[in-house]
Amino acid sequence: MTCSRRDFLKDSVGGTLASVLPMSAFTLLSQAEAEAAIAESKVRWAFLVDTTKCVGCGLCVKACKNENEIPYDAAVTRTWVERYVITKDGETHIDSPMGGRDGFIDDKIRDEEIDPEDIDKAFFVPKLCNQCDNPACVQVCPVGATYQTHDGVVLIDRDWCIGCGYCIMACPYGVRFFHPEQKVADKCNFCYHRISKGMQPACVECCSFGARRIANLKDPDDPVTKIIRTERVAVLKDEYGTKPHVFYLGLDAGVR
Amino acid sequence: MKWHVLRPLWVAIGLVGLILVSRQFLVPDDFGVHGRNFTYGYHRLSNIQEWKDFPVKYRGRESCVECHEENVSMLNASSHEPVECENCHGPAVNHPDDKELLPLDTRRELCLRCHAFLDYPNSDRGELMSIEDKRHKRRYECIKCHNPHDPKEDME
Repeated sequence: MTCSRRDFLKDSVGGTLASVLPMSAFTLLSQAEAEAAIAESKVRWAFLVDTTKCVGCGLCVKACKNENEIPYDAAVTRTWVERYVITKDGETHIDSPMGGRDGFIDDKIRDEEIDPEDIDKAFFVPKLCNQCDNPACVQVCPVGATYQTHDGVVLIDRDWCIGCGYCIMACPYGVRFFHPEQKVADKCNFCYHRISKGMQPACVECCSFGARRIANLKDPDDPVTKIIRTERVAVLKDEYGTKPHVFYLGLDAGVR
Repeated sequence: MKWHVLRPLWVAIGLVGLILVSRQFLVPDDFGVHGRNFTYGYHRLSNIQEWKDFPVKYRGRESCVECHEENVSMLNASSHEPVECENCHGPAVNHPDDKELLPLDTRRELCLRCHAFLDYPNSDRGELMSIEDKRHKRRYECIKCHNPHDPKEDME
């Protein structure tokens, strides 16, 4: 194969361009940007649920739906309350009608009458997004529409979400849903607009029994952080390795 | 260099180039890795501020007390002290600027959320002052006899 000087120059220029062009996909960070990206945040939001205090009034669910503009009568909600009734025969009866939005005022569970004499234990378990340290929902997003902030909260970019639903499938806790009006994935974000202003999340503020509390794990003087650090707390589905940050006091082994 | 395989290769390279160039215009400037790494922090930075600007609806009793001091202090002195005003009166949002009257929920079902008797051992629910819905003045709203701001008032 012979190669004229003209061909050699042409191919060299073409080859250089072809190899340099993809490099434009990368961005070079200035030193300040790089430092900001790895800087330690002074906040790590976490949540404490005291299941022993919850009475199943569902006012947290009502407040959450109103505060976060989740269609009130749609069967989707960012937080919900589950009722567990464990009977003497070892059966576990679980229900959460409309996510517990209207509370639990009937002792029937899924139209089943349960004799109080047969009940071993009964309790309510509020659930919400766990704001995991290793959020599976974020890993699967194909467009970068959901992400973890510096303070540990996982957010969804409504302008960027394409509504593919991968994250809804990926979440082991089932906290994500498709927002019927916004047409994007949606979930609890600890009321990010409230906690970033120093307010409590709506569900925490509306809980009359102190069953729901928010904590900044990076602040050792935070009273709720002290409880999480010193008392016996559990998390849901630890075996998934997602490192959930909603901690439960008095969590029963029967809770799934 | 007249090899038929090269032609689709040029097309492919051209397409990649086209995508990379149009990306420069379509992707917002603040889109990139902002969190701890690419896996968890690849996003549009300004979205964080957009979420922070989401409107607050529940303003808490500190905002109610500014005008309704009498009611709030009555509530605070009663056994209903832990119950937030907005649980029954609804979220304040911009009240009283653009919502003069809040939609007060006076239904029986609201009170029953806590006060319907459920015979649950080991649960605080069983210990709340409660009624059996089917046996206690079924046709009336609770507030006909009980004052929610001071529930013990009429109980003696």
